[in-house]
Amino acid sequence: MAGAEIQRRLNWLVAVVVGVVEETPSVRSLTLSCPGWPGHRPGQHIDLRLTAPDGYQAQRSYSIATPSEGELVTITVERIFEGEVSPFLLDVVAPGDRLELRGPIGGYFVWDPGEGPPVFLAGGGSGVVPLMAMLRARISSGDGTPMHLLVSARSRDDIVYREELETLSHHDGVVVTLTLTRSRPEGWTGYDRRVDGAMLRDLVMSPDSGLVSYVCGPTGFTESVAGLLVALGHPPHRVLTERFGPTGG
Amino acid sequence: MRHVDGNAMGGLLWEVFGAEMTHQLGCCAGCGAVNPLATLTVYRDAPGEVARCPACGTVSIVVVRMPHAIRVTIEGVRWLQIHTG
Repeated sequence: MAGAEIQRRLNWLVAVVVGVVEETPSVRSLTLSCPGWPGHRPGQHIDLRLTAPDGYQAQRSYSIATPSEGELVTITVERIFEGEVSPFLLDVVAPGDRLELRGPIGGYFVWDPGEGPPVFLAGGGSGVVPLMAMLRARISSGDGTPMHLLVSARSRDDIVYREELETLSHHDGVVVTLTLTRSRPEGWTGYDRRVDGAMLRDLVMSPDSGLVSYVCGPTGFTESVAGLLVALGHPPHRVLTERFGPTGG
Repeated sequence: MRHVDGNAMGGLLWEVFGAEMTHQLGCCAGCGAVNPLATLTVYRDAPGEVARCPACGTVSIVVVRMPHAIRVTIEGVRWLQIHTG
């Protein structure tokens, strides 16, 4: 794989929007059909480039939400307040539109099916996107790796992929845990606070298990959760992180 | 907390080095820490992109895009190890 990666050129490709899913009021998934797409690994991202009529260009990185499937690439985009690119992708883009992208990019924050060590995934807000690609790959490949996904969201309505996550949590060897930090529906019995050491002690296997953790979200979330995992004895090189910045990708 | 990390710099590093770089190891010229480039602390609102050592904050890599060129400064990296498969 590494050898092939070194051979490949990172060219801009033109993709066509073939599917749109409104995930939450502020998050939308776009499925792109991209001729020439070389396939990708769960956890990888694309760079997406928009060009205005006057030639001005804006470029952003978006995680891929799905396992590799031919020339299809699904990204999930969160609206950034006063953003330059995300409002366009949420409000304007429609099936049939063309977008420029390059990728896949990323050789660190990736997971491949293959019966490796157990995996713990922790996502804050739209940080769940690359983790979802890993979880979906785990399930669609029939791989038996124990996988636990912890999602932290402000409210139930803010959980990206909520319906799918609620069904996945019954899948063999897969556990999905939700924590709602700001508001809870009536009768909510799950966690109701930000991720803390006590929560991770409850949920996460001991370091002896060889557990590999992937933590993705806003910078504050990611650094806090990764720090807590290391404090629980997980070796730093088995706590992989991807930081989106102050408010998300 | 305005920073992101070296994952987000993957496309730009690929332009500079001609290969996927986020999993490659770099040694900090300041403190000697060895980490995958994905873990660098990256500031994107500077002119260009500035990547710092996650351990000591030394400026590792600076990439500035110019109209017909990319200028890269790698003063803060003692060595880069490129895994060739």
